[in-house]
Amino acid sequence: MIDYRTVYTICPFCGTGCGLLLEVMNGRLEGVLPCKTNPINQGKLCIKGWSAHEFVHSPERLKKPLVRKDGRLEEVEWDEAFSFITSRLKIITQAHGPDSFGAFSSAKCTTEENYLLQKFTRAVIGTNNIDHCARL
Amino acid sequence: MDRLREGIREALAEGRVAGVMGMILDGGHPRPHLFTKDRIEDLDRLVVGEARYPLTAVLLKVLRSDPDARLGIVARGCDERAILELVRNAQMDRERVVVFGVACESEQANACQCAQPYPSSHLSGERVAPVSDSEGFDRLDRLSEEERLQYWMDQFGKCIKCYGCRNICPMCFCTTCTLDEDDLTQTGTIPPEKPIFHLIRAFHMAERCIDCGLCEEACPSGIPLRTLYKKMRNVVTTRFGFTPGITKEGKGPLQYLGDGKFGEQECH
Repeated sequence: MIDYRTVYTICPFCGTGCGLLLEVMNGRLEGVLPCKTNPINQGKLCIKGWSAHEFVHSPERLKKPLVRKDGRLEEVEWDEAFSFITSRLKIITQAHGPDSFGAFSSAKCTTEENYLLQKFTRAVIGTNNIDHCARL
Repeated sequence: MDRLREGIREALAEGRVAGVMGMILDGGHPRPHLFTKDRIEDLDRLVVGEARYPLTAVLLKVLRSDPDARLGIVARGCDERAILELVRNAQMDRERVVVFGVACESEQANACQCAQPYPSSHLSGERVAPVSDSEGFDRLDRLSEEERLQYWMDQFGKCIKCYGCRNICPMCFCTTCTLDEDDLTQTGTIPPEKPIFHLIRAFHMAERCIDCGLCEEACPSGIPLRTLYKKMRNVVTTRFGFTPGITKEGKGPLQYLGDGKFGEQECH
């Protein structure tokens, strides 16, 4: 049985908030259409929005964290990645002070995630070195 | 509307078609949808006359995924013109497509400046008068060559190279596109090379463009693409007596080129 439907969502690539219709055919994400009735983008998209589906089934998509071991990136479980990050952050900030740390948040994140990162940077680490990806 | 809904319901129930491509109102947004027998209740939310999407392009995608299926489509005048050209260009097998016609309201016809706002027969709506518009390129034709080139260079200079005009186009059926080929055009850089980027597309539209206007609607930079393609269409009409989407029989002028096997390719 053939199945074609769309899923309405918001483009994940920047903070503009363009409406996308994800085209799902037989359960697989096959494409993107710009939502004509979204008041923000009114049926228009930039190239990122038009390509928003491509990474989902890409064979090159990262599905696990990578940690560099002996100069080579290796796939690890999330637990190992987190304990690596926390132990290194502790060592670096203890040795060089909180201003040795800086964080870039992202327009791809939710407002809540961005809030959390600045809270973590300011309250947990103790530095004002927090900015967003558009500054890069 | 009731006739249309009943027509589709019957065709699905009798198994004449495996699905019907149309528009559904879902979550406040009209959007393309394949209506099937298994979810017949979806038909209650079938809408027509709302936002336009490239339904024939979506239909083609579904037809290509299942080489045996026979499908229906709720088609406006522009959709029917697209089907005519897709069949002529050996992309669609007309035997596998059942058209459920819809005539557009005058408001839509005016908004689209549509010269044929209805299909050959319809189950919903009333035929309204065609709207003719050659004003755009008539005005440009009166300019000197230099001024005209400057006008288009300024317009092309606004391009952010989103490929939206190509992506939304019901006639852009090629699986490999010149605009993606490094050997033929500069990829991966913004802005695009002008005027070549836009002229490649314009030339490819010459005997295909059905003047639906979806490209211009999708352009974030407001480039008057339709005017450009209308001009191409006009040239093909005057020189070859062929108007894509309107001329019913025969090959398009470019189909006579090459080894002559163009029309014998496998249909989807």
